[in-house]
Amino acid sequence: MKIGTPKETFEGEARVAMTPASAKDLQKLGHDCLIETGAGALAGFSDADYKDAGVKVVKTATALFKEADTIAKVRAPSDAEMKKLRADQTLISFFSPVADEAKMKAAAKKGTTVIAMEMIPRISRAQKMDALSSMANIAGYRAVIEAGNNFGRFFTGQITAAGKVPPAKVLVVGAGVAGLAAIGTSTSLGAITLAFDVRPEVAEQVESMGAEFVYLDFEEEQQDGAATGGYASVSSPEFREAQLAKFRELAPEVDIVITTALIPNREAPELWTEDMVKAMKPGSVIVDLAAEKGGNCKLTVADEKIVTDNGVTIIGYTDFPSRMATQASTLYATNIRHLMTDLTPEKDGVVVHDMEDDVIRGATIAHAKAVTFPPPPPKVAAIAAAPKKEAPKELTPEEIRAKEVADFKAQTKNQVTLLAVGAALLLAVGLVAPASFMQHFIVFVLAVFVGFQVIWGVAHSLHTPLMAVTNAISSIIILGALTQIGSGSALVVILAALAVFMTGINIFGGFLVTRRMLAMFQKS
Amino acid sequence: MEFGFTTAAYVVAAILFILSLGGLSGQESAKRAVWYGIVGMALAVAATLIGPGSGFWLLSILLIAGGGAIGYQLATKVQMTQMPELVAAMHSLVGLAAVFVGFIAHFEVNRVMGLSGDEAKDLGTFAALLAKKSTVEINILRVELYLGIFIGAITFTGSVIAYGKLAGKVDSAATKLPGGHMLNIAAAALSVICLVWYFNTGGFFPLFLMTLAALFIGYHLIMGIGGADMPVVVSMLNSYSGWAAAAIGFSLGNDLLIVVGALVGSSGAILSYIMCKAMNRSFVSVILGGFGGPAGEQMAVEGEQIAIDADGVATALNEADSVIIIPGYGMAVAQAQQNVAELVRKLRAKGKNVRFAIHPVAGRLPGHMNVLLAEAKVPYDIVMEMDEINEDFPDTDVAIVIGSNDIVNPAAQDDPNSPIAGMPVLECWKAKQVFVSKRGQGTGYSGIENPLFFKENTRMFYGDAKASLDSLLPKID
Repeated sequence: MKIGTPKETFEGEARVAMTPASAKDLQKLGHDCLIETGAGALAGFSDADYKDAGVKVVKTATALFKEADTIAKVRAPSDAEMKKLRADQTLISFFSPVADEAKMKAAAKKGTTVIAMEMIPRISRAQKMDALSSMANIAGYRAVIEAGNNFGRFFTGQITAAGKVPPAKVLVVGAGVAGLAAIGTSTSLGAITLAFDVRPEVAEQVESMGAEFVYLDFEEEQQDGAATGGYASVSSPEFREAQLAKFRELAPEVDIVITTALIPNREAPELWTEDMVKAMKPGSVIVDLAAEKGGNCKLTVADEKIVTDNGVTIIGYTDFPSRMATQASTLYATNIRHLMTDLTPEKDGVVVHDMEDDVIRGATIAHAKAVTFPPPPPKVAAIAAAPKKEAPKELTPEEIRAKEVADFKAQTKNQVTLLAVGAALLLAVGLVAPASFMQHFIVFVLAVFVGFQVIWGVAHSLHTPLMAVTNAISSIIILGALTQIGSGSALVVILAALAVFMTGINIFGGFLVTRRMLAMFQKS
Repeated sequence: MEFGFTTAAYVVAAILFILSLGGLSGQESAKRAVWYGIVGMALAVAATLIGPGSGFWLLSILLIAGGGAIGYQLATKVQMTQMPELVAAMHSLVGLAAVFVGFIAHFEVNRVMGLSGDEAKDLGTFAALLAKKSTVEINILRVELYLGIFIGAITFTGSVIAYGKLAGKVDSAATKLPGGHMLNIAAAALSVICLVWYFNTGGFFPLFLMTLAALFIGYHLIMGIGGADMPVVVSMLNSYSGWAAAAIGFSLGNDLLIVVGALVGSSGAILSYIMCKAMNRSFVSVILGGFGGPAGEQMAVEGEQIAIDADGVATALNEADSVIIIPGYGMAVAQAQQNVAELVRKLRAKGKNVRFAIHPVAGRLPGHMNVLLAEAKVPYDIVMEMDEINEDFPDTDVAIVIGSNDIVNPAAQDDPNSPIAGMPVLECWKAKQVFVSKRGQGTGYSGIENPLFFKENTRMFYGDAKASLDSLLPKID
């Protein structure tokens, strides 16, 4: 199988989808590699480097498209490139199935297989091919560097002979891959870094990077990112209000704002409003990583750097990865190489397009003359969703009331039944037993009743003392012996004496040991 | 005969006893409650000595004093870990006393029945009371004292065996004579036959025979119950000693005996119920001995037990913020409660959140662990019940299991075929890390394999609990 990479035609794009290093690895999979002359020049890879790596350098894009079976590139194909695609060819590139819908349909009609890098599912196994993440990582890093470039002060606070320098305060909005990369860069440069995200569960990740998570005073249950494949989704208006209020509060304090809030397949939400920009100190910098999707700040102009009237610089570049072309190309080429590894299971240069595979199926948007977008939900959940806690069902007041009434009725029924049975038994005994017995019997029944009522209240921790004390008082049987000890019969006297003696041990032993135990129970 | 005075004193004593039990609802009020009990007992004895028992009062006082001296010795010398033995031993005394008093009543009945009306006038109080009774009443009295002796005799031998098992003098495993429960049933049937016989003749022999049968039942019943079920046994015997007292009270016509007997009887019954519930076993299955339940294949345990040394435990403890300690009978056996308390003091001094989780049946006596920890001066407000603390395990860094086994066995929840399936257990395996202090790899008292020891987050800290903690303590800084 021949894999070819043309020179990117998109203006300003410096990245390349194949590097000499990735080409070597691809060849190990049994593939042949082609590259258009000068494709890697902007990323710092010369034709000679490719040649040394065993890559065939092709003079024109047309020739490359003709020869290669698989085209690997960075940007979605231009109209000219679309025409060059063949029916049995596979295209691997960034390809938004929403924004480039027409191209997707055209490719499907032609019979070209299209694998869109942004559609790689976010599951652990596919992380090595997740180009969005690798590019976002670069964007996050670069955003801080760009901000620093346009910010007139140090990031870190210093006390020097020439005076004290306060540390810069950086706010990162959105703690996705780009946000976390920005946080990491910012904290390692020494700035005080704050971070916010609508998914409260990322607070831990934020704090692990050394930033402080900005919590909202908001009661509503916040969304669980795991349910949406790890991406943020749209939040409620109330939540948005609470969030904006918090940002307004922070605006005058922060020096650098980096917004990275994106919702898949939607326009970027407005998070940094005009009045916040106005409230910022002159010299502050805003880097809007969502500029391509309309920006998190409405003042952002895509691909440009502007300075507002109050001296705030707003950077709306959309090509941060391309600005670090060498690094970005290395990472992207590696992502492609990993994808090819999955597509060539036997490492024999034969591509097996396995539509049963979650990752390949998810990323393929056109295959066998049909549009295959959107993919079915992956068989493996993106992130293990936290098992939903069996939330105790919120009962309405009526239900609670009804339940109480039902419980009360059941209880009453129980008690009445018990009382009725008890009374019947008592009556039955009373019919046959003489009155003198009944007198004692009533006392007995009452005492059992009192005992049950009292003992339920005894604390668990005092069960041992309870046993000791009941032991002592059950020695009350001594009374039986005491009343008999004066009897005429010698045998009775001996038995009674023994009983008195034994219960004497018990009474003293039981009470004393109880006292000893209880004295030990102390509060801290 | 100041009978009115005696009755009044009995009423006051009964109220004091009720207050004494009720006061045990809290640690502080309990300290006052004991005094109620003591005063109540003193009052009851004094009133009896002055009133109906005035005959040989000097002898009585001497005997009480003698018994008291021994009781004092016992109470002050006993180790807190030996509490279960002491309680069992004291139950046996109550049981035996009940048997004796029952016999006394029997002799008195027969003596009085043999006298004519005139002679009866200068008899003692109980005899005087008897002389007035009709035949029906005498018959009822016979049944009552028969019951009293029966229960008393079971309590006596049962408690002696329980004492032996708890003190390690009798093998703690459940053993039965050939014939098993058939022997018990035969003995019980014999007792019933004797009752009919005694009822008709009033002779001493059937009474004696029944006593032997009851003594055998007590012995054999408790022999058949394993050591792990001892909390239920001890509280059951506690209950029996109460019912014996109540039955004797009926035959003597003494209301105070009836009241106290009923109080103690119901107290023991409730304790037994609580213990059974904590083990998810029915009272009957505990009493009939051995583990009943489904006979299916138990889940095989996979993995291996990974050992750890004191350094490893110390490192984890030094890093942990929250620690829960689960003590069991092993801690009592090793007398390690002082070392545990010292460990807790050290950890708490460093600001860590250290708590104890107590399973209702931990140890060999209801509330056994609480008493041991209290002895070691562990503040009782960090000692939690199972229900209070079970939810906190997932947020806990380190759980330390010291000498407990079944009460932390996850098989109770995971394996429907386990003999302890459904028993509520402390979910310590949900903690980030679990250390188990244990003497060796064996399965322990109940013989049930414990998957906890094989879990990934569990490390076994082998050795005698006391020695292990001794080696651990200097490493906590």
